[in-house]
Amino acid sequence: MGNGTPIGRVRGLGTAHEGAHHWMVQRFTAIGNLVLMSYLVVSFALLGDFGYASVTKWLSTPIAATAVILLVISTFWHARLGIQVVIEDYMVDAGTKFACIAALNLAIIGGGAFAIFSAAALAFGGNA
Amino acid sequence: MSQRDQQNPARPLSPHLQIWRWGPHMLVSILHRVTGNGLAFVGLPLLVWWLGALASGPEAYATFQSVMGSPLGLLVLVGVSWAFFNHLTSGLRHFVLDIGAGYELDLNRTWSIASPVIGVILTTAFWAAVLLK
Repeated sequence: MGNGTPIGRVRGLGTAHEGAHHWMVQRFTAIGNLVLMSYLVVSFALLGDFGYASVTKWLSTPIAATAVILLVISTFWHARLGIQVVIEDYMVDAGTKFACIAALNLAIIGGGAFAIFSAAALAFGGNA
Repeated sequence: MSQRDQQNPARPLSPHLQIWRWGPHMLVSILHRVTGNGLAFVGLPLLVWWLGALASGPEAYATFQSVMGSPLGLLVLVGVSWAFFNHLTSGLRHFVLDIGAGYELDLNRTWSIASPVIGVILTTAFWAAVLLK
């Protein structure tokens, strides 16, 4: 925190002490979510039958598999950024904040990796 | 050192929810955060379970279908879909505000009311499309 110009006096005073890049990536992933969720919503509406055979047949096609894998990346990344802001807003203690963000990272990367692996395994005809 | 120690204690703390008179602008902002958290803590685990069950085979997927096809499961699915469409419309409102537009009092109020209403309409339209197929 500087004490010269007005912007220098307020820079770094937010709960995260920084933020423009985080803010931009939140918007970029939001656009990704918009495109990919539109695809998923339309696909669900057209699918009609949510039985195992029907869903795996759809999800094994290259476009659906690619879209769902990208959807996992975009939504998990977006959620990671959003929850981080909530943690920064409500966890005052620096140690608690650090621990919560560490746990968040584990959950996001673990859950996202499992979801991507599952979609890929289906598309490649794994053990299904 | 906690963050409070670094701050000038003379700086005022922001008043929280109970201080303000509720209005649509406040509601749409809070709903954006609430539905975002709902999607992250309920929607994404469901997405993971759905994909994991599909990859694990027909029996695992049958379990997923029986749980999510139950009345409680369907309620959760409707809730998650509403959270998505609500978060979508308030998110699009954020994009407009981000470019510096839509801050006129009447216009801002109108879209604060319209975005959750459109969210409910989209949710209804989605389920109508799925169920009528």
